[in-house]
Amino acid sequence: MNDRTLDISLTVNGARVQECVEARKTLVDFLREDLALTGSHVGCEHGVCGACTVRVNGEIVRGCLMLAVQCDGAEVETIEGLSDSGGVSDLQAAFEQRNALQCGYCTPGMIAAAQDLLKRAKKLPSRDEIREHLSGNYCRCTGYHAIVDAVEAVAQARAGAKK
Amino acid sequence: MKITDDSPPVLTALDRPNSYIGRSVPRPNLHRLTQGRGQYISDVVLPRMAHVAFVRSPHAHARIVKIGAEAAKKAPGVIAAVIGAELVKVMTPWVGVLTHLKGLKSAPQAPLAVERACWQGEAVCAVVARTRAEAEDACELVEVRYEELPAATDPEIALDAKTPVIHASLGDNLCFERKVDVGAVDKAFAESDAVVETTFRFGRHTGVTTEPRAVVADWNEGEQRMTVYHGTQAPHMMQNLFAKHLGIAEHQVRVLTKDVGGSFGIKVHTYADEMATVALSKLLKRPVKFVADRIESFVTDIHARDHRIKAKIGVSKNGTITAFEIDDLTGIGPYSVYPRTSGIEANQVVNLTGGPYKCPNYRAQARVVFQNKNVMCQYRAVGHPIAVAVTEGLVELAAAKIGMDPLELRRRNLIPDDAYPTQSASGLKFELLSHHEALAHLDSMMNYAGLRAEQKKLRQSGIYRGIGFASFIEVTNPSAAFYGVGGARITSMDGATVKLDAQGAIIVHTGVTEQGQGAEAVVAQCVASSFGVPIEKVRVITGDTDNTPYGGGTWASRAAGIGGEAAWQAGKALRANVLAVAASILQAKPDDLDIRNGIVVDKDKGTERLPLDELARVAYFRPDTLPPGFQAELMATRHYVPRVWPFAFTNGIQASYLEVDTDTGFVKLLKHWCVEDCGTIINPQLVDEQIRGGVVQGIGAALFEHCLYDERGQLLNGNMADYLVPMAVEMPDIECGHVVSPTADSELGAKGAGEAGTAGAPGSVMNAINDALRPLGAQPLTDMPFTPDKILGALGKV
Repeated sequence: MNDRTLDISLTVNGARVQECVEARKTLVDFLREDLALTGSHVGCEHGVCGACTVRVNGEIVRGCLMLAVQCDGAEVETIEGLSDSGGVSDLQAAFEQRNALQCGYCTPGMIAAAQDLLKRAKKLPSRDEIREHLSGNYCRCTGYHAIVDAVEAVAQARAGAKK
Repeated sequence: MKITDDSPPVLTALDRPNSYIGRSVPRPNLHRLTQGRGQYISDVVLPRMAHVAFVRSPHAHARIVKIGAEAAKKAPGVIAAVIGAELVKVMTPWVGVLTHLKGLKSAPQAPLAVERACWQGEAVCAVVARTRAEAEDACELVEVRYEELPAATDPEIALDAKTPVIHASLGDNLCFERKVDVGAVDKAFAESDAVVETTFRFGRHTGVTTEPRAVVADWNEGEQRMTVYHGTQAPHMMQNLFAKHLGIAEHQVRVLTKDVGGSFGIKVHTYADEMATVALSKLLKRPVKFVADRIESFVTDIHARDHRIKAKIGVSKNGTITAFEIDDLTGIGPYSVYPRTSGIEANQVVNLTGGPYKCPNYRAQARVVFQNKNVMCQYRAVGHPIAVAVTEGLVELAAAKIGMDPLELRRRNLIPDDAYPTQSASGLKFELLSHHEALAHLDSMMNYAGLRAEQKKLRQSGIYRGIGFASFIEVTNPSAAFYGVGGARITSMDGATVKLDAQGAIIVHTGVTEQGQGAEAVVAQCVASSFGVPIEKVRVITGDTDNTPYGGGTWASRAAGIGGEAAWQAGKALRANVLAVAASILQAKPDDLDIRNGIVVDKDKGTERLPLDELARVAYFRPDTLPPGFQAELMATRHYVPRVWPFAFTNGIQASYLEVDTDTGFVKLLKHWCVEDCGTIINPQLVDEQIRGGVVQGIGAALFEHCLYDERGQLLNGNMADYLVPMAVEMPDIECGHVVSPTADSELGAKGAGEAGTAGAPGSVMNAINDALRPLGAQPLTDMPFTPDKILGALGKV
């Protein structure tokens, strides 16, 4: 460790990670470069596009607006971990079935954001509410309609399953 | 011709048992993308890989007096700092011209600026280091002394004597000029009952792909080979260009394209920084990676549009359009982009304006001028959004002027559905279009009469809603007429190689590339159908110049229509080969057999005779049991290029329904419809999603997106906070409908659908805004994007 680097210890997708990182390194660069978890993408690098959305201590955050050193002691979940846990498998299936992704670059962030909405929602979210919630996640390919359809379908399916 | 609604199966003559043509099959490559397990070029890491960052000109136009890179070279992790004069020894400059655009001229462009920087953002020095962060740190230490030169930024005065000439060797700032004068335009205007004249403006905007441009170049000195991992739409085109400008043979270059994070025409051009990255790899004999950051994307990704069009329409009282006239001026930056040139968009505007209509009188002028701003080139729907908005804007202004319903005016002027084959006034050849059928379908799909009644009622309570339309034509499936005839090594052909593996599955190598539009699915559907296997048994491989047939890649809405046909034919060819094997095993006649659902069957009764895995086992491992002299051929290649028609034109019509807040100038989009005709629909869902995505890009142009420059050529909003893109909450639901008029140029009959949405959306939104504001006496808005301040200005409120 020198004055430019810090040792951090955290949990990423359930596994303990100890690394020495540059203090200036963003969380998303740390995940991609140091841990080779390339499912989190870099789009705008200033918190607008949402391609780097990951979960830190259960809350979705922008991986480009948070430094890796801020995650010392934190629990971080990326799309790879969310996939393996099975917790978003219905969203993934709906996105695939509805072609709610084209190039797929925004998709990991979009699924993390959609999962956040569905976990928080106290009632079935309307299409407008889905659109509102996903409006921090930029998709250039789909025009959003298919994404809204997919999220709406999962919201209904989950609500039906609860009954 | 028949009409289909959203996504039902379309049954055609292409139907074989278990056909996938016309079915919404999910794309086979989606699992890895939803799990974040794709591999984009920005994810690629190679042993000994270095990273390059660029020092870029802060001036729109400047002489480079001196570059001091000594401090940078000594910085931590730095491997090299290289300037333009050094790099041109590795990679030769290029000039973006095409011979069929007569008179088009441009100046040589180098991988790094040499002596002069011609736009803000042009790279002047490359710094290579162990990490991108170290390379960027060292860029800060490069001292560049500039002598700022006067910048030519305004196209309106680009050709004035007082305006500095950007490239002295060219003599002036005129890149390209084209004129068309057909019929008797002056006479037609003189005899018109009404003439509408206005000026349309289309702001510069850009593609904003979610994944920025990315390249990893890997020169192997031992093999004397360059492998380029490149997020590109056209791997074979890039193979040619890398080889040509490195001075090596094409077979010494391999271009690999993995997952691409959006392209839309942005990733089909030659970029100086990418060429520099390739040159640096050769120079340094190690892999070098470049990924544009977002600011670099804004100042170097090609921009598009930026047209000023003076336009005029004549119309008689009975609603007959008598003449169209346009004068287009566009500024394209300091260089015509290589190799597709920056003359194509204006050329398309001239070709396409008035295209849906039977009006025989048409005059057009287009001038393309150089300026000290970022380069402009072909972005999704090239020229179409401009030509459509101008044509359709004029049509609705004319309708308003003579007091006729805008759909009725179209009905009286659109080329009749039984008039084909025919051609436009500008000379475009149409095989078979369906404007009237599409219009009728849209009319009922949107309940036009009902919406008009709702609009009228709401106006009484001060709610201003508008309905706007845009009929359009779209260029798809281009033949060699697009680029090949102009001398560019951009093939219009595509190929597919299909092989039966040893377990009876099918591997397809195709020249088209996957950019997310679904090319892999379409190719798999075509092969699965024509060969006869379940689609799960088909694996498609794209984007590798060492291993795929030579092909054009993905652009101009060609992947399904051209690549799909090649795949269809290759599947058929392999079926014939496999049936020959089956016939020899079964001692039957090949003509009496077929392959269905992965099993060789009797053609007549469908009785199962031989599973493909058993056939493959015999052919590969027990060929000794086959008759003497019989050789099984389990791989087949077919190519396809359109030969009868230079382009497969498609057509359609869009409608926008929106509400304008007359106090704030905000526009709320309520609904959008598109009915289009792309011929045979291979995958209804993928067609609809191309339409929807395209529509939203068009809406972005109409309402939000604008690269704002000051008069000194400084981009003022080069980031995603200040440059607005459409987000989910602002976008409406979009309904799609289809008419099906297959092209007879191919057996499949499929035309393209990738750009129709973008072509028609801006014009329909513009017309809807003007329709909403018309009762308030607002000046028609014709200056995109229609931001709140412009709307309030039209209402006289600011």
